[in-house]
Amino acid sequence: MEKFTTLTGVAAPMPLVNIDTDMIIPKQFLKTIQRSGLGKNLFDEMRYTPDGKEIPDFVLNQPAYRNAQILVAGDNFGCGSSREHAPWALLDFGIRCVISTSFADIFYNNCFKNGILPVVLPQEAVDHLMDDARKGANARITVDLESQTVTASDGTVFRFDVDPFKKHCLLNGLDDIGLTLEKAAAIDSYEKKAATLRPWA
Amino acid sequence: MAPRTLYDKIWDDHVVHQAEDGTCLLYIDRHLVHEVTSPQAFEGLRMAGRKVRAPEKTIAVPDHNVPTTQGRENPAQMPEESRIQVAALDKNARDFGINYYPVTDIRQGIVHIVGPEQGWTLPGMTVVCGDSHTATHGAFGALAHGIGTSEVEHVLATQTLIQKKSKNMKVEITGSLRPGVTAKDITLSIIGHTGTAGGTGYVIEYCGQAIRELSMEGRMTVCNMAIEGGARAGLIAPDEKTFEYVKGRPHAPKGAKWEAALAYWKTLYTDEGAHFDKVVTIRGEDIAPVVTWGTSPEDVLPITGVVPDPESFTGGKVEAARRSLDYMGLKPGMKLTDIEIDTVFIGSCTNGRIEDLRAAAEILKGRKIKVKRAMVVPGSGLVRAQAEEEGLAQIFIDAGFEWRLAGCSMCLAMNPDQLAPGERCAATSNRNFEGRQGRGGRTHLMSPAMAAAAAITGHLTDVRDLMGATV
Ligand code: SF4
Repeated sequence: MEKFTTLTGVAAPMPLVNIDTDMIIPKQFLKTIQRSGLGKNLFDEMRYTPDGKEIPDFVLNQPAYRNAQILVAGDNFGCGSSREHAPWALLDFGIRCVISTSFADIFYNNCFKNGILPVVLPQEAVDHLMDDARKGANARITVDLESQTVTASDGTVFRFDVDPFKKHCLLNGLDDIGLTLEKAAAIDSYEKKAATLRPWA
Repeated sequence: MAPRTLYDKIWDDHVVHQAEDGTCLLYIDRHLVHEVTSPQAFEGLRMAGRKVRAPEKTIAVPDHNVPTTQGRENPAQMPEESRIQVAALDKNARDFGINYYPVTDIRQGIVHIVGPEQGWTLPGMTVVCGDSHTATHGAFGALAHGIGTSEVEHVLATQTLIQKKSKNMKVEITGSLRPGVTAKDITLSIIGHTGTAGGTGYVIEYCGQAIRELSMEGRMTVCNMAIEGGARAGLIAPDEKTFEYVKGRPHAPKGAKWEAALAYWKTLYTDEGAHFDKVVTIRGEDIAPVVTWGTSPEDVLPITGVVPDPESFTGGKVEAARRSLDYMGLKPGMKLTDIEIDTVFIGSCTNGRIEDLRAAAEILKGRKIKVKRAMVVPGSGLVRAQAEEEGLAQIFIDAGFEWRLAGCSMCLAMNPDQLAPGERCAATSNRNFEGRQGRGGRTHLMSPAMAAAAAITGHLTDVRDLMGATV
């Protein structure tokens, strides 16, 4: 997994609330058996007409936001299914950070497994950054994971919370499975104990 | 020991390791796998030269992509990409030696229906699946939740999951339900009440008389949609009904193990005085048959209501409601019962079990559908067989329904069962998102009895009106 340390980039505004994973990556693209290549279908049904033409109004089709690396979004971003294709598609498009007032639980976790930083901030902060994002390519937002801050283009700094373990893994690009396998002895002994306590399980 | 909730108890019994910051390694008793969210995980194992740590606790079944029409064993029936995905699961199940129910097996079906049906899901277990509706298994008093593909790989390799504990939330439904009101109406009403993010950060325990009075199948319907309320999982404490349901299932314990299990399961309840971080109470008598009008599962109203005015909401919801109504082709103030329906879909892991089919058949008996098309997709091959034996299949067919084979089907329309743009569907599934049942398709969620009622009249209908007529 790619590390996430700091990022300065263009942020795309998506003020809609409840942006669900079916919007982020519609199911017809879940048939892949790979992780890569989904970026072209990110937000597919909002981004293209049924015959595949770009819808010019959609934010990521506008020249200012074609290379956006950050999304500023409405409440409850990523609700719906557990599909990790959603963060895969964001990542493949080039989005490394999503800022919202709240995220759905599974999506939030999935981001960390893929080098994407989901940032939760209070409504006023998200409103401020949303306005910033609307300024297009002229306004760059900086996200610093180490110091847990988001800096708007006018220099306003917002601090965010992040789980220390998740932060550690993201900063260092660590693979969870490798870390867990270091605890194999603890898993072995749990299994032994459970086999006597709950032999039916 | 301080009083604990049911969630606390199951959690405590599964902690393998706890770090100083509270991050835990949680042991996983059952890992369910389907074809869509697993190929990249198995590929990851192969690339790292890892094995599945506990293949005997891993159960796989293809359900999302599979056609639900006859002759589907023939790969030519499937689009190339779907065929590749199902073939990948076949191969992965074989290569890694996990339990598997292929399309040709009568036990095949939707993963969340197969697990309980086969007795894989038991009280007090931790159950995960690369699928958000894993919450369904919480009906047994199992801690069950959806995970992403990276976590699927993690569980395959280590039989554990890295987790932080959620907060405890209690949702109590007091009293009894009124006639015509079902488990689906309970679960939709709760989401209407708390919103789709109301449960974020929590594990919900559903309790109260109305929940206790539900059958196991009804309880699965309630827990299934815990995720639509944002919760990590939903739980219901096991009781005699649970034990009765589990007993004798193929993978349920037998003999001395059954006795030991039963003794343990009887300790699985929330202690008197245990702390909940959030409590929601709804009177069972106040719940009406409901439908959704918009494109979020929180857009719920009693069938007697009217389409709301977006201006009546606040914040970001105003714009969202406007967008919803535009997408759904509805005008504020319109009576919900005036909304005409093109298609009816009965099935899914929310409502694809035998009792759901019975409830729909009860309404359909001796009647004919007025909608353009209607389909019933049983949740598993065994549900289908039982419905045929009970004569339900014939009732559906006589009414004008298509009688399909088991799978997810039009719940998410990954297989050929899809809505056309603008087509309006009364569905017993769990998501009414834009495009969920096909690009431009319009979904109204409701109970099986309500979906059957809509099929008969051709518009959204209060099922109680039809029930009156049959008494
Ligand atoms: S029936 Fe629908 S919700 Fe359930 S597992 Fe299948 S696609 Fe998901």
